Amino acid sequence: MDLSAINPALLLASLLVAATPILLAGIGELVVERAGVLNLGVEGMMITGAICGFMMTIITGSPALGFVFAALGGAALSLLFAILTQYALANQVASGLALTLFGLGLSSMLGQEYVGLKPPSTPKLDIPLLSDIPFLGTVLFNHDIIVYIGIALVAAVWATLKYTRVGLILRAVGENHDAAHALGYKVVRIRVLAIMFGGACAGLGGAYFSLIRVPQWTEGMTAGAGWIALALVVFASWKPWRVLLGAWLFGGVTVLQLNFQAAGVAIPVEYLSMSPYIITIVVLVIMSADKSRAPASLGRIFHASS
Amino acid sequence: MFKLEKRPQPSKLFAYLTPLLAILATMFAGGLLFMVLGYNPLEAIRTIFWDPLFGEFAFYYRPQLLVKGGPLILIAIGLSLGFRAGIWNIGAEGQYIVGAICGAAVGLAFYPMEAWFIFPLMVIAGAFGGWAWAMIPALLKVRFQTNEILVSLMLVYVAEQLLASMSLGLLKNPDGHGFPGSRNLKDYPSAFNDEIITGSGMHWGVLTAFIAVIFAYILLNRHMLGFSIRLTGEAPRAAKFSSVNPTRLVLFCLGMSGLLAGLAGLFEVSGPSGQISIDFNTGYGFTAIIVAFLGRLHPVGILFAGLLMALTYIGGEMAQGTLGLPAAAIQLFQGMLLFFLLAVDLLTNYRLKRVRKEAV
Repeated sequence: MDLSAINPALLLASLLVAATPILLAGIGELVVERAGVLNLGVEGMMITGAICGFMMTIITGSPALGFVFAALGGAALSLLFAILTQYALANQVASGLALTLFGLGLSSMLGQEYVGLKPPSTPKLDIPLLSDIPFLGTVLFNHDIIVYIGIALVAAVWATLKYTRVGLILRAVGENHDAAHALGYKVVRIRVLAIMFGGACAGLGGAYFSLIRVPQWTEGMTAGAGWIALALVVFASWKPWRVLLGAWLFGGVTVLQLNFQAAGVAIPVEYLSMSPYIITIVVLVIMSADKSRAPASLGRIFHASS
Repeated sequence: MFKLEKRPQPSKLFAYLTPLLAILATMFAGGLLFMVLGYNPLEAIRTIFWDPLFGEFAFYYRPQLLVKGGPLILIAIGLSLGFRAGIWNIGAEGQYIVGAICGAAVGLAFYPMEAWFIFPLMVIAGAFGGWAWAMIPALLKVRFQTNEILVSLMLVYVAEQLLASMSLGLLKNPDGHGFPGSRNLKDYPSAFNDEIITGSGMHWGVLTAFIAVIFAYILLNRHMLGFSIRLTGEAPRAAKFSSVNPTRLVLFCLGMSGLLAGLAGLFEVSGPSGQISIDFNTGYGFTAIIVAFLGRLHPVGILFAGLLMALTYIGGEMAQGTLGLPAAAIQLFQGMLLFFLLAVDLLTNYRLKRVRKEAV
């Protein structure tokens, strides 16, 4: 065992990378839940995004197009959930589960001929001067663009929810859909758009796995990241910046256990691999004491009767 | 223009009709899917739904219906109790794994002793393992109001790692030449869950599943606890006023579904599968969620739904062999079934009403 082999700068840099997929999926789900919809299909949308992005990148050779296609794929899948819950008034928990099961099946079916291929690598954004700063340069300024997009997205969601009219309407729909309906807001339309935004974000997060983090396609490769993203929203008490904090925490745990595995710590690999999931449970327990922050209409079915 | 109008009472007719409608819709959409993939849709549907029952090799496939249906029914019965009360145990897969590990461990501890009491002890250990694994989300929910969906699901991934650790370490076959996986319980008569009637596919797990169906039916229709479960699901406010104890309900529903999932795992590892190995679990815990909904959370419905889902598994394997249909297509097919089911369920609680445009 040799812990001195772990380079703190590289560790922090890979923390940012490991946090990005759950950050993207988490911030998307946050918007969905603030609109009063609980979509448990994040895992399904992520894995669909992963394969959609991977296929597009292999076919066109452009990771950028891949990410766009991944977002479209995730949004398209989430549209199924939107139709089920918003128009067919189905139970949101059951529909979300269905979406995950369906997405896992769909992705492994689409991905059959893509196992073992290697996608063209996504260029790192080598910011001149900044990336040359010792330590900080490696940690902060030597990443692919998606890492920064993730953080920018958190800022954008925060500002939108807090300062804009759109954010106010979204929150109104999530807190009390009957009142929002009475005020003349199109509850169903707003929710469908929010769900699709969540789907697109989850798709991006999934593609980050298959195009940058791993980068390869294997069946079920998201391995519960979608569920961790869901836990992240609870952890964050539905506040955007806390999602970022939570994602870094989980990213840190993931990276640390991987580093321990590589360094040959005396704990068996399987028990180290369990740790992100166990930490998620522990954090959920700590955070679930305060439920008051949850949007009041979360998970409730809206039907405008007469 | 059509408009949705809430029915004063859920329609009895559509409650029975919607699963059938969903199956038909899935067959149609599935046929389209197979056509897009370049297969003959009619042939594919026939291979999946007809040939395992009445085809040339049906004598081989019919017993498989019970072997695959047994664990699905057993798990789904447990899940349906919680789902009815709005308690969502999504981690049956994990409870299934832990039940199998505990049961197999007890059996292997006695190896190579032969005695009548070993198998019953394994059954108890399996049930306890599943129950204990489900008690984690249950206790956390009761004590800290932690979301049971996320906790039970996270525990699936933990259980999978535990399974890998067990089959590579503690339970590894010492005579296995270093290959991962435990001793095969098929070679250990005292621990082997043999067929009760040879060639029928009927092993102790299938029998337990049938018994579970009967008990669940009695519980839900004739027992106060069953009434509390239904009341909590259908009218939570009324349940609050009528002294239903939510803590007891959560502990019972999660504990029971864990126990049954653990039993399913034990019967699988000591019977059809035979050993603890890294890829022991095949997703029964997740498919059982579809089974529970397809059976409309009713014990008898679940019995039929479990057999039907077993049929798609077997038919899917056949179609893989004879037509080269990808395995994932069946998974997709099963997911689609749940989608259609949830969608047509609308007709049970709402009716479509024709409205003419008129000035308001």
